[in-house]
Amino acid sequence: MATEPPPPNLNELERRLQQARPEPPRAGEGDAERPRAMGMAFRVSVELVSALAVGVGLGWLLDYWLGTGPWMMVVMFFLGAAAGILNVYRAVEGLGFGRWSKGSAATKEEDRGERG
Amino acid sequence: MAEKAIDPLHQFEIVRLIPAKIGNLDVSFTNASLWMVIAIAAVTVFLVGGMRRQALVPGRWQSMAELSYEFIAGMIQDNVGTQGRKFFPFIFTLFMFILFGNMMGMVPYSFTFTSHIVVTFAMAFVVFIGVTIVGFAYHGAHFLSFFVPKGVPKIMLLLMVPIEVLSYLTRPVSLSIRLFANMMAGHTMLKVFAAFTVMLGIFGIAPLAINVALTGFEFLVAFLQAYVFTVLTCIYLNDAIHLH
Repeated sequence: MATEPPPPNLNELERRLQQARPEPPRAGEGDAERPRAMGMAFRVSVELVSALAVGVGLGWLLDYWLGTGPWMMVVMFFLGAAAGILNVYRAVEGLGFGRWSKGSAATKEEDRGERG
Repeated sequence: MAEKAIDPLHQFEIVRLIPAKIGNLDVSFTNASLWMVIAIAAVTVFLVGGMRRQALVPGRWQSMAELSYEFIAGMIQDNVGTQGRKFFPFIFTLFMFILFGNMMGMVPYSFTFTSHIVVTFAMAFVVFIGVTIVGFAYHGAHFLSFFVPKGVPKIMLLLMVPIEVLSYLTRPVSLSIRLFANMMAGHTMLKVFAAFTVMLGIFGIAPLAINVALTGFEFLVAFLQAYVFTVLTCIYLNDAIHLH
Protein backbone atom coordinates (compact mmCIF):
# COMPACT_ATOMS: atom_id res chain seq x y z
CA MET A 1 0.00 0.00 0.00
CA ALA A 2 2.67 2.44 0.93
CA THR A 3 4.57 1.74 -2.28
CA GLU A 4 1.68 2.78 -4.56
CA PRO A 5 3.20 4.44 -7.65
CA PRO A 6 2.53 8.19 -8.02
CA PRO A 7 -0.25 9.13 -10.46
CA PRO A 8 1.16 9.53 -13.97
CA ASN A 9 1.84 12.95 -15.35
CA LEU A 10 -1.26 14.20 -17.24
CA ASN A 11 0.70 15.51 -20.22
CA GLU A 12 2.51 12.24 -20.44
CA LEU A 13 -0.81 10.41 -20.28
CA GLU A 14 -2.29 12.61 -22.99
CA ARG A 15 0.67 11.89 -25.25
CA ARG A 16 0.33 8.15 -24.77
CA LEU A 17 -3.41 8.37 -25.42
CA GLN A 18 -2.76 10.23 -28.64
CA GLN A 19 -0.38 7.50 -29.75
CA ALA A 20 -2.73 4.69 -28.81
CA ARG A 21 -5.75 6.30 -30.43
CA PRO A 22 -6.39 5.16 -34.00
CA GLU A 23 -6.98 7.68 -36.75
CA PRO A 24 -10.49 9.12 -36.31
CA PRO A 25 -12.83 7.47 -38.79
CA ARG A 26 -14.06 9.70 -41.55
CA ALA A 27 -17.63 10.87 -41.10
CA GLY A 28 -20.12 9.06 -43.28
CA GLU A 29 -18.54 5.66 -43.44
CA GLY A 30 -19.76 2.37 -42.11
CA ASP A 31 -22.87 1.38 -40.20
CA ALA A 32 -23.16 4.58 -38.22
CA GLU A 33 -24.90 5.95 -41.29
CA ARG A 34 -27.88 3.64 -41.04
CA PRO A 35 -30.08 5.50 -38.53
CA ARG A 36 -29.33 8.69 -40.41
CA ALA A 37 -30.53 7.11 -43.65
CA MET A 38 -33.80 6.22 -41.99
CA GLY A 39 -34.24 9.74 -40.74
CA MET A 40 -33.59 10.92 -44.26
CA ALA A 41 -36.34 8.66 -45.58
CA PHE A 42 -38.81 10.37 -43.25
CA ARG A 43 -37.40 13.71 -44.19
CA VAL A 44 -37.78 13.25 -47.92
CA SER A 45 -41.42 12.16 -47.75
CA VAL A 46 -42.51 15.02 -45.54
CA GLU A 47 -40.51 17.50 -47.60
CA LEU A 48 -42.41 16.66 -50.78
CA VAL A 49 -45.85 16.89 -49.25
CA SER A 50 -45.33 19.99 -47.14
CA ALA A 51 -43.97 22.05 -50.03
CA LEU A 52 -47.12 21.24 -51.97
CA ALA A 53 -49.28 22.15 -48.98
CA VAL A 54 -47.47 25.46 -48.47
CA GLY A 55 -47.83 26.25 -52.18
CA VAL A 56 -51.53 25.55 -52.27
CA GLY A 57 -52.10 27.33 -48.96
CA LEU A 58 -50.28 30.47 -50.07
CA GLY A 59 -52.07 30.39 -53.41
CA TRP A 60 -55.42 30.13 -51.69
CA LEU A 61 -54.55 33.04 -49.41
CA LEU A 62 -53.44 35.18 -52.36
CA ASP A 63 -56.69 34.38 -54.16
CA TYR A 64 -58.61 35.30 -51.03
CA TRP A 65 -56.89 38.66 -50.75
CA LEU A 66 -56.68 39.60 -54.41
CA GLY A 67 -59.89 37.96 -55.56
CA THR A 68 -58.16 36.40 -58.54
CA GLY A 69 -60.37 33.35 -58.75
CA PRO A 70 -58.63 30.01 -58.65
CA TRP A 71 -55.65 31.14 -60.69
CA MET A 72 -53.10 31.94 -58.01
CA MET A 73 -53.85 28.62 -56.38
CA VAL A 74 -53.33 26.76 -59.64
CA VAL A 75 -50.05 28.54 -60.31
CA MET A 76 -48.84 28.08 -56.74
CA PHE A 77 -49.81 24.41 -56.84
CA PHE A 78 -47.29 23.83 -59.60
CA LEU A 79 -44.68 26.06 -58.01
CA GLY A 80 -45.18 24.20 -54.74
CA ALA A 81 -44.76 20.87 -56.47
CA ALA A 82 -41.56 22.13 -58.07
CA ALA A 83 -40.32 23.42 -54.71
CA GLY A 84 -41.08 20.02 -53.18
CA ILE A 85 -39.04 18.23 -55.81
CA LEU A 86 -36.25 20.76 -55.35
CA ASN A 87 -36.32 20.13 -51.58
CA VAL A 88 -36.14 16.39 -52.08
CA TYR A 89 -33.28 16.78 -54.51
CA ARG A 90 -31.39 18.91 -52.00
CA ALA A 91 -32.07 16.50 -49.15
CA VAL A 92 -30.88 13.52 -51.18
CA GLU A 93 -27.88 15.45 -52.43
CA GLY A 94 -26.67 15.73 -48.85
CA LEU A 95 -26.74 11.94 -48.62
CA GLY A 96 -24.03 11.60 -51.18
CA PHE A 97 -25.98 11.14 -54.40
CA GLY A 98 -25.49 14.63 -55.71
CA ARG A 99 -22.78 16.81 -57.10
CA TRP A 100 -21.16 17.84 -53.85
CA SER A 101 -21.65 14.51 -52.10
CA LYS A 102 -21.21 14.39 -48.35
CA GLY A 103 -20.25 17.27 -46.14
CA SER A 104 -20.73 20.13 -48.54
CA ALA A 105 -20.31 22.34 -45.50
CA ALA A 106 -16.98 20.69 -44.84
CA THR A 107 -15.53 21.66 -48.17
CA LYS A 108 -16.53 25.29 -47.79
CA GLU A 109 -15.20 25.68 -44.29
CA GLU A 110 -11.51 26.48 -44.27
CA ASP A 111 -10.87 27.18 -40.60
CA ARG A 112 -11.83 23.77 -39.34
CA GLY A 113 -10.23 22.08 -36.41
CA GLU A 114 -8.58 18.68 -36.24
CA ARG A 115 -11.84 16.98 -37.13
CA GLY A 116 -11.19 17.93 -40.76
CA MET B 1 -65.84 -3.59 -21.54
CA ALA B 2 -66.87 -3.17 -25.15
CA GLU B 3 -68.99 -0.18 -24.20
CA LYS B 4 -65.98 1.62 -22.84
CA ALA B 5 -64.62 2.05 -26.33
CA ILE B 6 -60.88 2.52 -26.39
CA ASP B 7 -60.09 5.79 -28.04
CA PRO B 8 -56.51 5.79 -29.29
CA LEU B 9 -56.56 9.57 -29.61
CA HIS B 10 -57.62 10.17 -26.04
CA GLN B 11 -53.98 10.33 -24.96
CA PHE B 12 -53.49 13.55 -26.94
CA GLU B 13 -56.28 15.41 -25.20
CA ILE B 14 -55.33 18.72 -23.62
CA VAL B 15 -56.60 19.13 -20.09
CA ARG B 16 -56.64 22.48 -18.31
CA LEU B 17 -55.02 21.95 -14.93
CA ILE B 18 -55.09 25.58 -13.80
CA PRO B 19 -57.56 27.57 -15.91
CA ALA B 20 -56.50 31.14 -16.52
CA LYS B 21 -57.44 33.89 -18.93
CA ILE B 22 -55.95 37.17 -20.02
CA GLY B 23 -58.66 39.03 -21.88
CA ASN B 24 -59.83 36.63 -24.55
CA LEU B 25 -56.58 34.72 -24.47
CA ASP B 26 -56.65 31.31 -22.84
CA VAL B 27 -53.41 31.00 -20.88
CA SER B 28 -54.39 28.00 -18.80
CA PHE B 29 -51.70 25.79 -17.38
CA THR B 30 -52.43 22.53 -19.21
CA ASN B 31 -51.06 19.04 -19.00
CA ALA B 32 -48.86 19.94 -21.99
CA SER B 33 -47.40 22.86 -20.03
CA LEU B 34 -46.90 20.60 -17.04
CA TRP B 35 -44.92 18.08 -19.06
CA MET B 36 -42.83 20.81 -20.63
CA VAL B 37 -41.94 22.05 -17.15
CA ILE B 38 -41.12 18.47 -16.16
CA ALA B 39 -38.95 18.07 -19.26
CA ILE B 40 -37.01 21.24 -18.46
CA ALA B 41 -36.60 20.18 -14.84
CA ALA B 42 -35.43 16.72 -15.92
CA VAL B 43 -32.88 18.14 -18.37
CA THR B 44 -31.58 20.51 -15.71
CA VAL B 45 -31.28 17.73 -13.13
CA PHE B 46 -29.65 15.46 -15.71
CA LEU B 47 -26.99 17.98 -16.69
CA VAL B 48 -26.37 19.83 -13.43
CA GLY B 49 -26.49 16.63 -11.42
CA GLY B 50 -24.18 14.89 -13.83
CA MET B 51 -21.60 17.67 -13.76
CA ARG B 52 -21.74 18.35 -10.03
CA ARG B 53 -18.68 16.25 -9.28
CA GLN B 54 -16.69 17.35 -12.34
CA ALA B 55 -14.46 14.34 -11.96
CA LEU B 56 -11.53 13.96 -14.30
CA VAL B 57 -12.52 10.37 -14.87
CA PRO B 58 -16.28 10.65 -15.28
CA GLY B 59 -18.71 8.32 -13.64
CA ARG B 60 -21.70 6.92 -15.48
CA TRP B 61 -23.95 9.91 -14.97
CA GLN B 62 -21.30 12.50 -15.80
CA SER B 63 -20.34 10.42 -18.79
CA MET B 64 -23.89 10.62 -20.14
CA ALA B 65 -24.01 14.37 -19.63
CA GLU B 66 -20.66 14.78 -21.40
CA LEU B 67 -21.74 12.44 -24.15
CA SER B 68 -24.81 14.55 -24.93
CA TYR B 69 -22.66 17.67 -24.96
CA GLU B 70 -20.14 16.16 -27.32
CA PHE B 71 -22.84 14.73 -29.54
CA ILE B 72 -24.29 18.16 -30.25
CA ALA B 73 -20.89 19.88 -30.35
CA GLY B 74 -19.80 17.34 -32.96
CA MET B 75 -23.02 17.77 -34.91
CA ILE B 76 -22.54 21.53 -35.10
CA GLN B 77 -18.89 21.11 -36.05
CA ASP B 78 -19.79 18.68 -38.83
CA ASN B 79 -22.76 20.59 -40.23
CA VAL B 80 -21.99 24.24 -39.63
CA GLY B 81 -18.29 24.37 -38.89
CA THR B 82 -16.43 26.47 -36.35
CA GLN B 83 -18.66 29.49 -36.92
CA GLY B 84 -21.59 27.52 -35.59
CA ARG B 85 -20.06 27.31 -32.11
CA LYS B 86 -21.83 30.39 -30.83
CA PHE B 87 -25.19 28.82 -31.58
CA PHE B 88 -24.39 25.81 -29.45
CA PRO B 89 -26.52 26.83 -26.43
CA PHE B 90 -29.62 27.24 -28.57
CA ILE B 91 -29.19 24.02 -30.50
CA PHE B 92 -28.27 22.02 -27.43
CA THR B 93 -31.34 23.30 -25.58
CA LEU B 94 -33.53 22.50 -28.55
CA PHE B 95 -32.18 18.96 -28.79
CA MET B 96 -32.43 18.17 -25.09
CA PHE B 97 -35.93 19.62 -24.83
CA ILE B 98 -37.25 17.60 -27.78
CA LEU B 99 -35.38 14.47 -26.76
CA PHE B 100 -36.69 14.56 -23.21
CA GLY B 101 -40.19 15.40 -24.44
CA ASN B 102 -40.13 12.42 -26.79
CA MET B 103 -38.58 10.06 -24.28
CA MET B 104 -40.87 11.00 -21.42
CA GLY B 105 -43.79 10.45 -23.75
CA MET B 106 -42.80 6.79 -23.66
CA VAL B 107 -43.59 6.58 -19.96
CA PRO B 108 -47.10 5.16 -19.49
CA TYR B 109 -49.75 7.72 -18.49
CA SER B 110 -47.47 10.57 -19.43
CA PHE B 111 -48.22 13.19 -22.05
CA THR B 112 -46.17 13.68 -25.22
CA PHE B 113 -46.14 17.39 -25.89
CA THR B 114 -44.13 16.91 -29.09
CA SER B 115 -47.15 15.11 -30.58
CA HIS B 116 -48.94 18.46 -30.88
CA ILE B 117 -48.32 20.47 -33.99
CA VAL B 118 -48.74 23.75 -32.08
CA VAL B 119 -45.67 22.90 -30.04
CA THR B 120 -43.54 21.63 -32.90
CA PHE B 121 -44.60 24.43 -35.21
CA ALA B 122 -43.78 27.04 -32.60
CA MET B 123 -40.30 25.56 -32.25
CA ALA B 124 -39.82 25.24 -36.00
CA PHE B 125 -41.02 28.81 -36.50
CA VAL B 126 -38.56 30.14 -33.94
CA VAL B 127 -35.80 28.28 -35.79
CA PHE B 128 -37.02 29.64 -39.13
CA ILE B 129 -37.20 33.26 -37.95
CA GLY B 130 -33.92 32.94 -36.08
CA VAL B 131 -32.08 31.51 -39.07
CA THR B 132 -33.48 34.24 -41.32
CA ILE B 133 -32.33 36.92 -38.90
CA VAL B 134 -28.89 35.29 -38.70
CA GLY B 135 -28.73 35.27 -42.48
CA PHE B 136 -29.55 38.96 -42.74
CA ALA B 137 -27.25 39.83 -39.84
CA TYR B 138 -24.30 38.07 -41.47
CA HIS B 139 -24.87 39.11 -45.06
CA GLY B 140 -27.28 42.04 -45.03
CA ALA B 141 -29.33 42.38 -48.19
CA HIS B 142 -26.86 40.08 -49.86
CA PHE B 143 -28.70 37.23 -48.11
CA LEU B 144 -31.44 37.62 -50.74
CA SER B 145 -29.01 36.14 -53.27
CA PHE B 146 -29.77 32.88 -51.47
CA PHE B 147 -32.95 32.77 -53.54
CA VAL B 148 -31.14 33.26 -56.83
CA PRO B 149 -29.63 29.98 -57.98
CA LYS B 150 -26.28 30.24 -59.71
CA GLY B 151 -25.73 29.50 -63.37
CA VAL B 152 -29.36 29.91 -64.37
CA PRO B 153 -30.35 31.89 -67.50
CA LYS B 154 -32.00 35.25 -66.73
CA ILE B 155 -35.39 34.22 -68.09
CA MET B 156 -35.51 31.10 -66.00
CA LEU B 157 -34.99 33.23 -62.88
CA LEU B 158 -38.61 34.39 -63.25
CA LEU B 159 -39.55 30.81 -62.49
CA MET B 160 -36.71 29.78 -60.23
CA VAL B 161 -36.86 32.61 -57.70
CA PRO B 162 -40.50 31.94 -56.70
CA ILE B 163 -39.70 28.24 -56.44
CA GLU B 164 -36.70 28.94 -54.23
CA VAL B 165 -38.72 31.29 -52.03
CA LEU B 166 -41.47 28.68 -51.70
CA SER B 167 -38.90 26.05 -50.92
CA TYR B 168 -37.55 28.30 -48.18
CA LEU B 169 -41.00 28.96 -46.75
CA THR B 170 -41.61 25.22 -46.60
CA ARG B 171 -38.93 24.73 -43.98
CA PRO B 172 -40.86 25.43 -40.79
CA VAL B 173 -43.81 23.41 -42.08
CA SER B 174 -41.85 20.30 -42.98
CA LEU B 175 -39.74 20.59 -39.84
CA SER B 176 -42.77 20.69 -37.56
CA ILE B 177 -44.90 18.16 -39.45
CA ARG B 178 -42.11 15.58 -39.40
CA LEU B 179 -41.70 15.62 -35.63
CA PHE B 180 -45.38 15.90 -34.80
CA ALA B 181 -46.53 13.25 -37.30
CA ASN B 182 -43.93 10.74 -36.19
CA MET B 183 -44.73 11.11 -32.52
CA MET B 184 -48.47 11.13 -33.02
CA ALA B 185 -48.55 8.17 -35.42
CA GLY B 186 -46.29 6.10 -33.22
CA HIS B 187 -48.25 6.69 -30.06
CA THR B 188 -51.58 6.08 -31.78
CA MET B 189 -50.26 2.81 -33.16
CA LEU B 190 -49.11 1.70 -29.72
CA LYS B 191 -52.54 2.43 -28.32
CA VAL B 192 -54.35 0.64 -31.14
CA PHE B 193 -52.34 -2.53 -30.71
CA ALA B 194 -52.73 -2.32 -26.95
CA ALA B 195 -56.50 -2.18 -27.50
CA PHE B 196 -56.30 -5.28 -29.71
CA THR B 197 -54.45 -7.07 -26.93
CA VAL B 198 -57.26 -6.32 -24.50
CA MET B 199 -60.03 -7.24 -26.95
CA LEU B 200 -58.63 -10.55 -28.16
CA GLY B 201 -58.21 -12.14 -24.76
CA ILE B 202 -55.85 -15.12 -25.00
CA PHE B 203 -55.06 -14.42 -28.66
CA GLY B 204 -53.98 -10.98 -27.60
CA ILE B 205 -50.49 -12.40 -27.33
CA ALA B 206 -49.93 -11.65 -31.02
CA PRO B 207 -50.63 -7.90 -30.85
CA LEU B 208 -48.80 -7.87 -27.54
CA ALA B 209 -45.68 -9.17 -29.28
CA ILE B 210 -46.08 -6.49 -31.95
CA ASN B 211 -46.46 -3.89 -29.24
CA VAL B 212 -43.22 -4.95 -27.62
CA ALA B 213 -41.43 -4.51 -30.94
CA LEU B 214 -43.23 -1.20 -31.54
CA THR B 215 -42.18 0.10 -28.15
CA GLY B 216 -38.56 -0.51 -29.03
CA PHE B 217 -39.12 1.12 -32.39
CA GLU B 218 -40.76 4.11 -30.74
CA PHE B 219 -37.69 4.67 -28.60
CA LEU B 220 -35.65 4.72 -31.78
CA VAL B 221 -38.07 7.19 -33.38
CA ALA B 222 -38.06 9.35 -30.25
CA PHE B 223 -34.31 9.75 -30.49
CA LEU B 224 -34.21 9.90 -34.27
CA GLN B 225 -36.74 12.69 -34.55
CA ALA B 226 -34.97 14.79 -31.95
CA TYR B 227 -31.79 14.18 -33.93
CA VAL B 228 -33.37 15.02 -37.29
CA PHE B 229 -34.93 18.21 -35.98
CA THR B 230 -31.59 19.36 -34.60
CA VAL B 231 -29.57 18.32 -37.63
CA LEU B 232 -31.92 20.20 -39.94
CA THR B 233 -31.64 23.26 -37.73
CA CYS B 234 -27.87 22.98 -38.16
CA ILE B 235 -28.21 22.60 -41.91
CA TYR B 236 -30.46 25.65 -42.15
CA LEU B 237 -28.03 27.59 -39.99
CA ASN B 238 -25.20 26.53 -42.27
CA ASP B 239 -27.15 27.79 -45.28
CA ALA B 240 -27.64 31.14 -43.60
CA ILE B 241 -24.02 31.53 -42.48
CA HIS B 242 -22.38 30.23 -45.64
CA LEU B 243 -24.50 31.33 -48.57
CA HIS B 244 -24.40 28.71 -51.35
